[in-house]
Formats: sequence, C-alpha cells, structure tokens
Amino acid sequence: MPVDKDTVKRVAHLARIAVSDAEAETLQADLNAILGFVEKLDEIDVTDVEPMTSAIGMSMKMRADTVTDGDQAAKVVANAPAGSDHFFVVPKVVE
Amino acid sequence: MNDLSLMTIAGIRDGLATKAFSATELCQTYLANMESARELNAYVCETPDRALAMAAESDRRIAAGEARALEGVPLGVKDLFCTEGVHSQAASHILDGFKPAYESTVTANLWAAGAVMLGKLNMDEFAMGSSSETSYYGPVVNPWRSRGSNAPLVPGGSSGGSAAAVAARLCAGATATDTGGSIRQPAAFTGTVGIKPTYGRCSRWGIVAFASSFDQAGPIARDVRDAATLLRSMASVDPKDTTSAEVPVPDYEAAIGKSVKGLRVGIPKEYRIDDLPAEVEGLWENGKEWLRDAGAEIEEISLPHTKYALPAYYIIAPAEASSNLARYDGVRYGLRVPGEDVIAMYENTRAAGFGKEVKRRVLIGTYALSAGYYDAYYLRALKVRTLIKRDFDIVFDAGIDVILTPATPTAAFGVAEKTLASPIEMYLNDIFTVTVNMAGLPGIAVPAGLTADGLPLALQLIAKPFDEEMLFRAGHVVEAAAGRFSPDRWW
Repeated sequence: MPVDKDTVKRVAHLARIAVSDAEAETLQADLNAILGFVEKLDEIDVTDVEPMTSAIGMSMKMRADTVTDGDQAAKVVANAPAGSDHFFVVPKVVE
Repeated sequence: MNDLSLMTIAGIRDGLATKAFSATELCQTYLANMESARELNAYVCETPDRALAMAAESDRRIAAGEARALEGVPLGVKDLFCTEGVHSQAASHILDGFKPAYESTVTANLWAAGAVMLGKLNMDEFAMGSSSETSYYGPVVNPWRSRGSNAPLVPGGSSGGSAAAVAARLCAGATATDTGGSIRQPAAFTGTVGIKPTYGRCSRWGIVAFASSFDQAGPIARDVRDAATLLRSMASVDPKDTTSAEVPVPDYEAAIGKSVKGLRVGIPKEYRIDDLPAEVEGLWENGKEWLRDAGAEIEEISLPHTKYALPAYYIIAPAEASSNLARYDGVRYGLRVPGEDVIAMYENTRAAGFGKEVKRRVLIGTYALSAGYYDAYYLRALKVRTLIKRDFDIVFDAGIDVILTPATPTAAFGVAEKTLASPIEMYLNDIFTVTVNMAGLPGIAVPAGLTADGLPLALQLIAKPFDEEMLFRAGHVVEAAAGRFSPDRWW
C-alpha cells in the first residue's frame, strides 16, 4: 500500500528528521518504489515459519557482573558538541 | 623490485625479513603514492606521521628479531572503524569532528600484529550504498577505466575507498565491512580479492553499526593469500562483542594450495537471472571449468528463495539502521544544529547531518517498525530470512562443499550513472551477495576476468559457517587459472 505525503512527514517526525515539503515529495516517491519492491514478499507463505533473530545459531553469552571500566568522564564527554564540566548540555527540556 | 608498492603482503614479509628494504622505505613509497592519487578520493584522512612512527617501530622490531605477523605492512582502514584519536566518521557529516577515545577490536588486532596505518578510507555514508557515491566527502573514483574512455567509473561500495586504494596500490591491503555485499561487490569492480567472513568471525566492537545482524568486517587484498593473511589477524574471539563466535581462528594461509579434488561445487540455478550479461555468464562457465579441471565435481543446486533475499534485506537492514542511527542526536558527538527546543534540535541536526540515502533508509526502517506495519513488513521479512537460511542449510547438508556464483550482475558503472534512477536500480547490484549476509555465511569475491571493455569481473564462492578455509582453497584455484588483474596508472 503506497504512502502519502502526510505519512512521510509523520514517519520523518518519528525518526526525528526535519523534512521540507519538497523533500517529502521526493521521499514519498522513493519510499513507494521501495515498498513496491518489497511487496514481492507477500507471495510467500510464511505460516509456521519462525522469524530468524540471530544470523548464526548461538546462545547469548553471559559474563560476570563486575565493573571492568570507569572513571573516564572526560573521555566520555570529549566529543560532545556542547558540554560543561562533565555534563552534556542540551536545550531546556523542562519548564 | 623497483616499485615496492607492487608487492603482495607475502612479498613484503619476505623482503623485510631479508632486509631487501625497510618498513620505513615501504611506508614512504605508499605515502608518495597516496599523495599523487588524491583525484581518486580514496582516503578521507591520511595519517603520515603515525604511519612513519609505526614503520620505525617495525624496523626496530625487525632489527631485534621480534617481527610480528604483519610487521611493517601498510594498511588503509575504512572510515567505519573507530581508530583512537583519528578521524572516524563513517563518511557522514553527522559525525563531524568525531575522534574516538578507543580503538576497534579489528584494528587493534592489526596494530598488535605490527601493521602500519596509512589513513582512513572513503566509503558510502554509514556503509549505505553500492557505489561509494553517498559519502559526505564526495565519490571515490575507480582506478579502472573502460578501454579508450576517460569517463570516471565507480569502484562499487560501500567499501569503495578500500577497494580503490588496494587496486591503485595506495595501501598493501585494507579493512572493509560487508552488510549486503559491501566487501565483495567493490572487490569485484576493482579486480581485488574481498572476503566477508562468517557472521561473528570478526568482532564488531568499535565498528560504526549499520545493520547489526548483518555487519561483518573483512579484508580487501591484492590476492587470495594476502586476504587469508589479513583475515587471520583481523579475526578474534572478543568478549566485548556478544555476537563474537567462540571459535578458534585457524591459519587460513595453510588452506591455500590444498587440492579441491573431489569437492562438490554447487551451481545455484536461481542465480541464472534474466538479463545476465553474456560476459558474466561466460565467466561463470569458466569458473566451473577451472574447478572441474582441478578435480572438483560441479552440480546444479537450488536455492528457491533467492529472489526474496533483496526485498527482505531492504526491510530488515533499514529497520536495524533506523534503530542504530537513533544515537546521532547532536548531544554526545558530532554535528549539532540548534533548534527552538530539544526535539527541533534533534530534527535539524539529523536533517543536516544525514545524506539522502541514509534518510531514505532510516525512514523505510522507521515505517517498517511502526505500529500497524511491524507484522506485515518486519516480522514477515524475518520469517523469509529463515527460509533463505534454510535453503543453504539443505544444500550443505546434502554434501555440497562450496557454492560458485558470479559476484555481481555487471562490471563497474559510471559515476552518477545510477544516482538519479530509482533507488532499486542501485540495490540490484547486491543481488548475488546479499543472500550470503541473510544467512550469515562466509563469501569471497575473486577476480576472474575482464569484460570486452577491459573492466574486471569476479566470481563469488560461498561456504558453510566458519569454513573460510574452503573459500581460500577454492578461491586460490580460480585465481591460479584466471590470473591477476591490475589497472594501468592514469592518475
């Protein structure tokens, strides 16, 4: 089922990407081309087929619940576009 | 040998051991090559000071009789790998200025083996693409050109910088990654050897994530032996990656030269697609012949769900990408574009920081995972993935040792030739490679001939999980029969 421009804008907002009207139009065409391409999957009967959730059959590894790292606040925030002391600075979120 | 950059890694190893040249001389040769090849746009960041310091350390080690497995071997690193204190931006604007405080496991393994880092290699942004044109740093140019033409061609992607650099002798070998064909397709377009090992063979720790259930690192190299040598050092069992397989790393080089006599080679009939160019068909026939001449048995096999692999991939990979790329929010690293509130800041940052193809895939993924569509798209695609994997299980269980296919449906195409068409046109490049990622299997692309226009074409071999040795063994037979191919220098 093809998507309309409003759906593109709604999904873009969900993905936190600002899109202009012109971009939304291009993206609408692109998404519909891709969705049309994947429609092929509807041909297959997948009743009783388990979804594949791991590329190679392996069970989740466990490790000891111990501290292996830490005290590196300066390194953690070193790449932040805005920071103060050892904090990330963001626009005000609570009035 | 006058030109040190013509040597394979095996040759470098011997030359350094016999003191025919020093690691520093070798490093200088490559740095000079890089400087005179900037129009190929293969590197996004050159690290000559670090390279020379590492080469000096290699010379010290060699003099002291302490040479390691890759001592003094100059390598390029795809920009997707985090390298401590050095440009690591996945060729994206959104990671502007990002310099990791840590080293990826794969590159750390290479430096611990004595390799020398020349710089970071260009690629499709976040490894999303098949032509290395979606990079924020502009397209990579293939060192190969059609006979009698000056038109620039793409090197394939997403590891196009890696493939171009290896082919143009701007590094002795390179790291690369493969999510849907991103090692094998560029290797095929540049006459180099590229192997995507089994999922879990190389640690993903410190590699910028695209689609975590597919992403796998591997080398691009001048020949099959060099690929084996590099993979042995890149691969490891890594406690920092929960999907790293607890399987010891064998000596891959030992598999080279082993006979393929009596091996059963599967030829999947579903790969004989409509519109397959006669040249590719002919190449495939040659491949069968070479393996048959070496004593292998050639059998037709069926992988009935092949045609569903690309559509399923273009749901699952974007879904995983939309989740992985949520971290680029303008807060912790990279670009930030202000907005009137925090949401607007996120939206503006991501609008400015992501390129067109990345936005496309994040939106498809977000849509496929959104309420009401999850079952119809994402869950269905995961079930189809099970069926694709089952196809391979059935043929391997029936005794097939290795599968032979073309690596790509065409040779390299022109820069900008496919960027204006529907995105699907670009996606079709991975029609023969993506199935392997869907099933988590190892696959190798080995150069096997040239088109009438003089462009390289490759064959792909696919093996059982963790049987990379089979790929080196059979790949070497193809290589020995086909010969090796390198571009004439015009840059």
